[in-house]
Amino acid sequence: MTIPRSRTAAATPVPARRRSGGGASSFRSRVLTPYAMLAPGIVLFLAFMAAPIVYAVYLSFQKTQVTGLGLGSGARKQVFVGFENYVAALADPEFAASIGRVLLYGLVLVPAMLGLALLFALLLDARGTRAAGFSRVAIFLPYAVPAVISSLLWGFLYLPGVSPFYFVFDALGWDAPEILSSDLVLFGIANIALWGGVGFNMIVMYTSLKAVPTEIYEAAKLDGASEVDIALRIKVPIIAPSIVMTSLFSLIATLQVFAEPTTLRPLSNSLSTSWTPLMKVYRDAFTRDDIYSAAATSVVIALATLLLSFLFLRIVQKRAFGQED
Amino acid sequence: MRKLLRAGTVAVLATTALITSGCSTDAGSGGGSGPVELTYWAWAPNLEKVVDIWNEKNPDIQVTVNKQDGGDPAVTKLLTAIKAGSGAPDLMQAEYQKIPTLVSADALADISDGAADLENHFAEGVWSSVTLGGDALYAVPQDTGPMMFYYREDILNQFGLSVPTTWEEYADVARKLHAADPTKYLGTFSANDAGWFTGLAQQAGASWWSIDGDAWGVEIEGDATTTVADYWGGLVEEGVIDNKPMYTPEWNSALNDGGQVGWLSAVWAPGVLAGNAADTAGLWKAAPMPQWGSEQATGNWGGSSTGVTTQSEHKEEATEFATWLNTDPEAIEALVKTANIYPADQAGADEALTEPPAFFSNQPDFYEVAAGVADTVSPFTYGPNVNVAFSAYNDEFAKAAEARTRTAFTDAVAAMQDITVADLKKSGFTVK
Repeated sequence: MTIPRSRTAAATPVPARRRSGGGASSFRSRVLTPYAMLAPGIVLFLAFMAAPIVYAVYLSFQKTQVTGLGLGSGARKQVFVGFENYVAALADPEFAASIGRVLLYGLVLVPAMLGLALLFALLLDARGTRAAGFSRVAIFLPYAVPAVISSLLWGFLYLPGVSPFYFVFDALGWDAPEILSSDLVLFGIANIALWGGVGFNMIVMYTSLKAVPTEIYEAAKLDGASEVDIALRIKVPIIAPSIVMTSLFSLIATLQVFAEPTTLRPLSNSLSTSWTPLMKVYRDAFTRDDIYSAAATSVVIALATLLLSFLFLRIVQKRAFGQED
Repeated sequence: MRKLLRAGTVAVLATTALITSGCSTDAGSGGGSGPVELTYWAWAPNLEKVVDIWNEKNPDIQVTVNKQDGGDPAVTKLLTAIKAGSGAPDLMQAEYQKIPTLVSADALADISDGAADLENHFAEGVWSSVTLGGDALYAVPQDTGPMMFYYREDILNQFGLSVPTTWEEYADVARKLHAADPTKYLGTFSANDAGWFTGLAQQAGASWWSIDGDAWGVEIEGDATTTVADYWGGLVEEGVIDNKPMYTPEWNSALNDGGQVGWLSAVWAPGVLAGNAADTAGLWKAAPMPQWGSEQATGNWGGSSTGVTTQSEHKEEATEFATWLNTDPEAIEALVKTANIYPADQAGADEALTEPPAFFSNQPDFYEVAAGVADTVSPFTYGPNVNVAFSAYNDEFAKAAEARTRTAFTDAVAAMQDITVADLKKSGFTVK
């Protein structure tokens, strides 16, 4: 960061001369212009990010108070309740259970997804890999399928009555597991996310592998390293920052899982309307028409996500980005 | 620099204009001159064709149908518009179970002045759900869904089984059918369809909410509902009734290939069967529901009404339209023929429904059976938090259906009661 700054100072002596000349124009160019140019971004950010967040926080301290039968006009009013919604959200066993499920889901999904992504990226980058272009597109393609669509597709495959897999299993006389039963449904959903997510993470890792100068590999070869050695001892440590980044994104995506279980829910008895934290927020806000407690739960989820991401970065940063400091 | 600054200002202004224009919405109401323009949020198929008849006859009151995705999303949208203070339509298609919620959010206007003497058009149970048992009128009933029992005549004949008329016989037929062919079920217990279970409880005599002075009563956990839950829990535990939800690809395929031999549904079932199991046309028959006691009774599943919103600036004209749409013989005939609904107006229904639905051409007396059943719908009062009770049904009965035990089913009823009462109390309602 220090280099560009000194370069600008050296290359633009004109404003420096002006500064001594007149105060007004210098103030305009030095202070107002950048803000004017930033203004569209700032306005959009304030209107569509900051304001909704502030409003959600405000809502989380309110609730509806009904008088009488609650029918007709004026029977409902909004009152301030302090931390009541937060206490209720944190004390709700359903919320705790949904967080537990999501953590287990992440434990199943993230290592599998990143492991496969890394494996594919290394294989594609290895010397002598054939049809690399085709494989790259084929692995990436599921990422282009929206989560709702892929959940519908997989839902079909999971239903014993209509699935070709079960048909084959039946024909062979084997007992197929009921993926949508309550014991296995978590793996079924993780599988959908895995199918959709490996490609994206693979591309991120593959891109950073491509940025590694090939002389390093040649040097390693001369020292007698095999392809596997190069992959594990050179490539993986070099692309560690991108592995950390994809882990962080996957972790956040895991906590926010919503589309897959929501789409699969009507197909079985094993997914409740509060199966994940965000499903609970959606149910409270739009099915139960209680946006106040939904807002409180959202704030809790946002803070937890922030905290978890921060802790994660704190733990891995030293190791991954150590050489950059 | 001056130029740049000006460009920045323009950008800010443009952005602000963009935002404010995005926020302002046209309420769509006419001014002082010209025809009155009404907007109507509805999702019934082809309803706009019925509205065209009105528009042709009434150049002064023009109605525009604004298509909605369905009952739940339309209610969510309307409640949001009411909270925002603008953006609501003049008229709204509202399902019966949503009316207390909408009235409670001050979304539906009392139209009892403009639509007097309508009471004799409708069955008592239907009328009570649009008046909430008081003097106000919150909507004009449009269609109803009296429940009936649909069965595959060919398959029951094949196994020498007769059509059950009591629940005891239904259980018996379910057992014999499943024993004769383990891939076949007489029905399924669907934890996804709260309205369906409500209809079954209604038939047994349940009425989940009640008004007592300034307090609401909740009686989900009562004899009637518990009896129904216990009965179905028993059948699911035995394994003679399927436990998978309805309206899944799997269920559709079972309707087609004979895996589901019967369906406890409502008068609108022919449309669903024609769409989901077209190849089975002419193989199904409709009969009254199996009965608990000697007196004929049934429940209601589905159906909706036309309400006028509190934000409408032309409530009088809107009420006039709603009354015409649901009680005028010409409108009702059009509703039956083009929108395929079963009208709530009893006299109109008798007149308009002469031919059986094409899917049931094998049963010429289809609508006679339906009219007989529609007369026996038990009264039922919905409360201000039907949404909460219904989502509790989804969760609790899903667990019970997965557990496949009788006690899990009655426990689910108790849990529904607790969740519904707790929600009312949390909002500050007085619960009796």
